[in-house]
Amino acid sequence: MENREPLLDVKNLKQFFKISKKYTVKAVNGVSFNIFPGETYGLVGESGSGKSTIGRSIIRLYDPTAGHITFDGVDISGKLSAEEEQHLRINMQMIFQDPMASLNPRRKVLDIIAQGLDVHHLFTSKKEREEKVYQILEKVGLSREHATRYPHQFSGGQRQRIGIARALIMNPKLIIADEAISALDVSIQAQVVNLMKEIQQETNIAFLFIAHDLSMVKYISDRIGVLHLGYLLETGTKEEIFSNPIHPYTRSLLSAIPLSNPRVEKHRTSESYDYETSGIDYAKGESQHIGGSHYVHATAEELKSWVSPR
Amino acid sequence: MTDEKKVDQTTSKKVDQMTSKEKILSISDLSISFKTALGSVDAIRGVNLDLHRGETLAVVGESGSGKSVTMKAVMGILSSNGVVNSGKIDFNYSDAGEEMAVDILTLSKKYMRSHINGKHIAMIFQDPMTSLNPTMTIGAQIMEGMIWHKKANKREAKKRALELLELVGITDAEKRMKNYPHQLSGGMRQRVVIAIALACNPDLLICDEPTTALDVTIQAKILELIKDIQREMNISVIYITHDLGVVAKVADYVAVMYAGKIVEKGTVDEVFYDPRHPYTWGLLSAMPDLDTFDDKLYTIPGSPPNLSHKVEGDAFASRNIYALNIDKRLEPPMFKITETHYAATWLLHENAPKVEMPSALKERIDRMLKEANENGE
Repeated sequence: MENREPLLDVKNLKQFFKISKKYTVKAVNGVSFNIFPGETYGLVGESGSGKSTIGRSIIRLYDPTAGHITFDGVDISGKLSAEEEQHLRINMQMIFQDPMASLNPRRKVLDIIAQGLDVHHLFTSKKEREEKVYQILEKVGLSREHATRYPHQFSGGQRQRIGIARALIMNPKLIIADEAISALDVSIQAQVVNLMKEIQQETNIAFLFIAHDLSMVKYISDRIGVLHLGYLLETGTKEEIFSNPIHPYTRSLLSAIPLSNPRVEKHRTSESYDYETSGIDYAKGESQHIGGSHYVHATAEELKSWVSPR
Repeated sequence: MTDEKKVDQTTSKKVDQMTSKEKILSISDLSISFKTALGSVDAIRGVNLDLHRGETLAVVGESGSGKSVTMKAVMGILSSNGVVNSGKIDFNYSDAGEEMAVDILTLSKKYMRSHINGKHIAMIFQDPMTSLNPTMTIGAQIMEGMIWHKKANKREAKKRALELLELVGITDAEKRMKNYPHQLSGGMRQRVVIAIALACNPDLLICDEPTTALDVTIQAKILELIKDIQREMNISVIYITHDLGVVAKVADYVAVMYAGKIVEKGTVDEVFYDPRHPYTWGLLSAMPDLDTFDDKLYTIPGSPPNLSHKVEGDAFASRNIYALNIDKRLEPPMFKITETHYAATWLLHENAPKVEMPSALKERIDRMLKEANENGE
């Protein structure tokens, strides 16, 4: 694992939003992580923790305030040349939370999926364009008859498949899935997650999976990053995070997942965590290595006090 | 005829003799259709449910299974194209010391609004931002119901509102009263919604996906809060949800809905540790538990039936790998398994072949039981 080149390398990413002269929102405050080809990295955190902002900064919907993002060997955090932009727009794609809101209701599925091809002129004939769409539709479990329909004629799960097809047709190296399954029913979630896993095995795509449902994140991710208030508090493989959570916030987050075991769940109360009264200052902390790929954001004393009592 | 006359008043306390528990809500044989441009949709096809005072019922099912429609019927807030074909919803409550028994379906919308909704049955919706009024302070919104229903004066209402805000865990209540919804975080807003729902001491609280829009940490807090308040005030709660983790945490009884019918109901232990209906098997299997490391999550094949067509036989038959021939022709009745546990599948008929639940699910349940035993059960 150490020898491979990461596909995406985020170093000390900062994303600030200036609201007024006196007030700046520090949505992402010095976050570093990397994703290897074919890997799924899960970002979890509560709303307002900056997880969506990170996704949007990486795909350059925002201009990062500071830090470096290297994607596929190219630094994409500064001003992009036309060539670099083209490379980025083809090889990194995004799937959004609400498929109804992210698909144009007035266009047919064929045109929605082919839009990327149209923009980048990636076909020679109309026939080739259609053929490419049909192939992708079949890959995501829809049929070619669906190509002439409109988004409203599909169920929620099918719509999300269209969203995935639209991302896949560019043959990207990285897909950012921002809460891509949160709006779906449990049984449909399972279908979409299975589809994403299948596609990953076939094409070696890397996923940045942004979500707040930890049991699903654990299921789909290889490595997990826990975000809170713009800081990446803990990152590691899912085994490292789930069997040995160090940071109090991670521990409270894990204790809050409801288990589907009534006799256990009835007697469990979640650990509470309040940043303001905890006495932890994220700004002072730095990344501390625990072992393997497990890192915790803390000062040396904090880390000592969290590890020693156990 | 005035609205009041429609209510038959009974002074004797309605007590279930068998269990000596007070039955608060009893839905029997409820069936509802919606008239749409594409014909009539049979959304609810014969639902039977009972709820006793102080107990918690969770209604689970996919979207479109009719769980929300059932609860809307209980609230009397069905949309105007909804038609009740048959059934009764008996609701027992006490009003100013008098015991009342009403059939909600016979009451007018106006009577429901002035006598039942908010006062005896309160509801918490999924998204707190859309259920709060953005132009009113939260204090005014909490006081509104008390002034309207209980004819409380402003000072009393304010005092009670402050108590409620503290009850739901909002600090600095005095200051928060003057805040507008947009000034609060999502978890705070849902706490305010709960405070509003509790303002008039309801007998029944209906929570429609109360935590789906919230983060896990806040979700756990809100569920624990509702549980504590329920114990304190001895109210009955109905949860509508598709999150089985939430069900496991809060429910005493579970009703699994599919295509407008209840296919399995029982205590939470019965449904989670001894499920009998193939659909319940599917639901339980589709959920990733934290020990799942398999390559694939289980999915239920196919999609729910279109209820605008008449359902022949068992609605689940086409997605059921255990389906019998009779499933295609005849709808299964509710088979009794124990005093509290019922399931609607022909597999429970004495002549049916013996079918066990999928082995993966069996293993998972065994593991859950083992874990429960280790934790000192």
